[in-house]
Amino acid sequence: MLSTIVFLPLVGAVLVLLLGGRGDRAEREPIVRYAALAVSLVSFASTLWLWMQFNASTAEFQFVEQHEWLPQFGISYHLGVDGISLFLVVLTGFLTPLALLTSWQSVHESVKLFSFFMLVLETAMLGVFVSLDLFLFYIFWDAVLIPMYFLIGIWGYERRIYAAVKFILYTMVGSILMLVAIIGLGYAHASSTGTLSFDLLQLYGTALSRTMETWFFLAFTLAFVIKVPLFPFHTWLPDAHVEAPTAGSVILAGVMLKMGTYGLLRFAFPLFPTAAAEFAPYIAALAVVGIVYGALVAMVQPDMKKLVAYSSVSHLGFVVLGLCAVNVNGVQGAVYQMLNHGVSTGGLFIIVGMLSDRRHTRLISEYGGLKAVMPRLVAAFLLITLSSIALPGMNGFIGEFLILLGAFRWHPKVAAIAATGVILSAVYMLWMFQRVNYGDVTNEENRRLPDLSPREWAIMIPTIATAIAMGIFPGVFLKPMEPAVVRVVDRIHGTLPAAASTRSPGSGLRASDESSTLAPRPAADSPLISTLGSRPSALGPRSSRIGQR
Amino acid sequence: MTTFVWLLPFFPAAGAAINGLFGIRWFSRGVTAAIACVSMLVSLALAIAGGVNAARAPIAREVFLGEWIPPIPAVTLKGAAAFHASWVLLIDPLAAVMALVVTGIGFLIHLYSTAYMRSEPRGSYARFFCYLNLFCAFMLLLVLGGNFIVMFVGWEGVGLCSYLLIGFWYHKGSAANAGRKAFIVNRIGDWGFLVGIMAAFFAFGTLDFQAVAAQAGRWPIERAQFGGLSIICLLLFVGAAGKSAQIPLYVWLPDAMEGPTPVSALIHAATMVTAGVYIVARNAVLFSHAPLVLAIIAIVGALTALMAASIAIVQTDIKRVLAYSTISQLGLMFLAAGVGAVSAAVFHLVTHAFFKALLFLGSGAVIHAMAGEQDLRRMGGLKRYLPVTFVTMVVGALAIAGIPPLAGFFSKDEILLQTFGRNRALWVLASITSLLTAFYMFRLIAFTFYGTDEPSSPHPPHEAPGTMTVPLMILAIGTIVVGFMGIPRTLGGANAIEHFLAPSIAETRAVAFLKVAGQPDPPGTQEMIAQAREELERDRAAHRAAFPVSEATEGRAWALMLLSTLLGATGMAAAWRFYVNHPEVPRRAAERWSGVHALLLNKYYVDDLYDATIVRGTFGAARELWRVDLRLIDGFVNAWGVTTRVLAWMSHMIDKVGVDGAVNAAGWSAGEGSFLVRRGQTGLVQNYALVIILGLFGFLTVYLLAR
Repeated sequence: MLSTIVFLPLVGAVLVLLLGGRGDRAEREPIVRYAALAVSLVSFASTLWLWMQFNASTAEFQFVEQHEWLPQFGISYHLGVDGISLFLVVLTGFLTPLALLTSWQSVHESVKLFSFFMLVLETAMLGVFVSLDLFLFYIFWDAVLIPMYFLIGIWGYERRIYAAVKFILYTMVGSILMLVAIIGLGYAHASSTGTLSFDLLQLYGTALSRTMETWFFLAFTLAFVIKVPLFPFHTWLPDAHVEAPTAGSVILAGVMLKMGTYGLLRFAFPLFPTAAAEFAPYIAALAVVGIVYGALVAMVQPDMKKLVAYSSVSHLGFVVLGLCAVNVNGVQGAVYQMLNHGVSTGGLFIIVGMLSDRRHTRLISEYGGLKAVMPRLVAAFLLITLSSIALPGMNGFIGEFLILLGAFRWHPKVAAIAATGVILSAVYMLWMFQRVNYGDVTNEENRRLPDLSPREWAIMIPTIATAIAMGIFPGVFLKPMEPAVVRVVDRIHGTLPAAASTRSPGSGLRASDESSTLAPRPAADSPLISTLGSRPSALGPRSSRIGQR
Repeated sequence: MTTFVWLLPFFPAAGAAINGLFGIRWFSRGVTAAIACVSMLVSLALAIAGGVNAARAPIAREVFLGEWIPPIPAVTLKGAAAFHASWVLLIDPLAAVMALVVTGIGFLIHLYSTAYMRSEPRGSYARFFCYLNLFCAFMLLLVLGGNFIVMFVGWEGVGLCSYLLIGFWYHKGSAANAGRKAFIVNRIGDWGFLVGIMAAFFAFGTLDFQAVAAQAGRWPIERAQFGGLSIICLLLFVGAAGKSAQIPLYVWLPDAMEGPTPVSALIHAATMVTAGVYIVARNAVLFSHAPLVLAIIAIVGALTALMAASIAIVQTDIKRVLAYSTISQLGLMFLAAGVGAVSAAVFHLVTHAFFKALLFLGSGAVIHAMAGEQDLRRMGGLKRYLPVTFVTMVVGALAIAGIPPLAGFFSKDEILLQTFGRNRALWVLASITSLLTAFYMFRLIAFTFYGTDEPSSPHPPHEAPGTMTVPLMILAIGTIVVGFMGIPRTLGGANAIEHFLAPSIAETRAVAFLKVAGQPDPPGTQEMIAQAREELERDRAAHRAAFPVSEATEGRAWALMLLSTLLGATGMAAAWRFYVNHPEVPRRAAERWSGVHALLLNKYYVDDLYDATIVRGTFGAARELWRVDLRLIDGFVNAWGVTTRVLAWMSHMIDKVGVDGAVNAAGWSAGEGSFLVRRGQTGLVQNYALVIILGLFGFLTVYLLAR
């Protein structure tokens, strides 16, 4: 079943190629567009079906498919989803049709090829999230780069070639090292058990020497943090985002960045728990720096897309911080924030794309007073902005709050510093919002811009509805996630036996946080906790002096 | 009643949704106004029912509406726990009082706005009521929230509405800026609030107000050291200071006057800005265990009160005078809370809501009559044009000046008395504040309504329509009577409000609490209520026995009451003398003490200071970081790229010159070499025969010699 879901877009992509006829034929454009949209919608429906069939009470991988592929190398075709990957699959399915819709009017050159690459990209991304074999994972991981490279390089803006090359090379540097580590890990497994295997579930708990574990961890982590991107590996992101077409930005921010955080959570941390424990504080430190740094740099961007790109650096910093806290709160928040960021930052890129479709500029200074011209678009803009700055009742709040709670458990001061991101996000987002939408219309060209078209309504309504629904009913998402998150946390802490797949389901509330091997210092060292910790001896109730004369 | 408490925020929220989704496009002004006002009126009726209910039983009831964030395992100081957030509303006397203020004053201001905003285009009109209704919904959620998280939803929601309403006239740059400033300064406070919530969760393992109070009650009072509870309370106070405009986060409130006047009355005087006082009151038990933080709160409150009052005496914008007055009065409330007189703080919150809303709405009527003019110096002689506004505003001014028997007198006297008992220095600050308060208020009255100058308005000013004057009259009546619920015992009163609030505030085990999950009270509720009432009575009796009202304290109370009345009267008289009888005096004073005058007029240059340090610093740092990003970090990446290309070029050159060169050299040498050899190939048989013979000869020679 999973294979069908994963490869459905690829089949659709071939179909689109066939429908488009030979060469680049303008009269076939509508057929190609609708066919691609239909394929992506069917694909979205199939991911929703997956969610409905998903058993929320177990941490096990579900819908597992395993076939031998290259048995002499221990490589198998192994797919499966758990509560963590399930929603990333759904997110991919959700964002692809939206991305196709955003390019309805902005992409006119070789629409056939564009739709083809978008659908191929979807297959590759879905594959990344459901692969349970490291080799298979690596193939999908690199397959993602190719369509994205073309999307940026062909349909991008002025400096698209520079951005596309920078994007692909930067990411390749990390993934090559990861490939070496994957092979090394497979052979290490072979030397300890006698069989060569790249199966993730078998590799968990492989005995490794300390040095080997450290190097493997660093190789994996480098590949993933480049993808996230974690400060200071982030500079490919603003270029890629600014130069990519809207659809590319939506997918890039919405899904591809999550591949990095997903990789950390699924591979780097649980495969190498000891090294993870050693390096998590440093990664978390980079994450916190990234939160503040990204927000500050976002503040002074003249280009809306760059601003949103730097805000992504800040938001993804929260996700990585939550992962590094390695407790259930932090990791749940991190996974939730991945989804939130997909919806709200995807939404922001869509809005910026709508403005730039109308005016062919992304410079904030070119706008102003749009509220009087396009009240509905601005209302949508406001709601997405509020979702991005984590207003309670919107999706962003749940994720950030859980992450901060998890980080606070780990290290109160770090959480307090990270929480300043909450202030800064309001500063840069509201300032941009004000400069674009408030004030008088200063530029004559802005005076006659059309408000939301029906197509744009069809994009904005699901986005905003999802943002609000995720803020009000987080349980819908958090509950299916929890068993898997608890298990990952247990696995990283080493409290899970190696033969974990035999564990009984439904142990959702088991939290073994207290044996936190990851906390670099015992919690009691931090001043707040230690003062709080000096538990009072039981003193009797005192007479009240408050409120009475 | 309690089961239906969720309807309180529901109705305004529904009104906002209807007006927001349909009203902007389709509804006429009348329909919009009716929807907005009726939703508030229904809420008001429910709040009255809730208040009556709370008065009948000294009991806090929690209403569980549903789960929000499902339980997530977490480890706290209480051991393994689960973080979860539920939609829980809490209805107890304190919440009931706050809900009454929000819905009562909210309704009147909605009514007033129907006329005040009439000149707006239809779409804007609906947008205004949508925001205003939404504000009331969030404010009710804030005061009814049963745990920190639900409260935080309301807390941020009112901040959002405040942002939208301050910037309501968004095409005005100053309004948009003011809205953003308000939101961001509030967010700075929210940072503290958020971290405080997290700290509270890890200290207590719960965020439920009742449970936190129950747990905090068992911790020792942190008198000497600044421990965990103190840190939590201080962080919460940072949030309170942001919302309630206290030093150092007060700078947004004066700018917030860019919003429409009814908004200033509702949000920036009567309700939202008091949320900070409310959280201190709501967590009275927690705060009472952190006396060091209470001391900080008292000092901050007193200093804020004095500072804002001193700025108010020179401001010339009618709304800014009132804004600084609000900051000052909020400071008094924090002073009261800081010295432990939490119910006095809440009492002052209620009376202030009445008279400050009245003053703001009155000023709105004045601005309305003056066709938008807000500068006091251009007003004057409005008494005969605006009789209703004049009378009601004087009532409000007398109340804030603390003249008996108006509402402000009782609440302010209570604060002064409690402060006197705790700290004389703070009492002196508060007394000076009340002197200044009377002075600036009657300066405002004198500027607006007296004076012989004809107002400089294009057409003669006119009294506002009935929908505006009726709320003024109702608020004026409220300002006269609402103080009677807090007549102190010295005057033979019962101090009803203090007794009413006691179950919410006092650290007493008499507070029973129940969870009502949408069904009727479980069996035994009546017994619990009866027991709670009994225990509360016992506590009260014990307290009276421990702190008898002696002759001495009685005498002191009388003396202080007289003194505060005298101070109020002095301020009024001074204002009268300066601004009505001798208008040249203030001008001369301003010239004489021009330095002080400039200092006050420029609000102690605090805004400029913040701008020069924090704002500029942040933006400067941001620009520098961007440069670092471009030059250093990305420069490093690009340098790698360049290095790679240079290496590639060098490889290319080595390949071309070295490796390929060697191959070519071999070929070339073969070609060139063959050129030499070719000479020998002459094709003549004789030559070849000669070479053969020479060779044969040579071999033979070598053979013979070598042998």
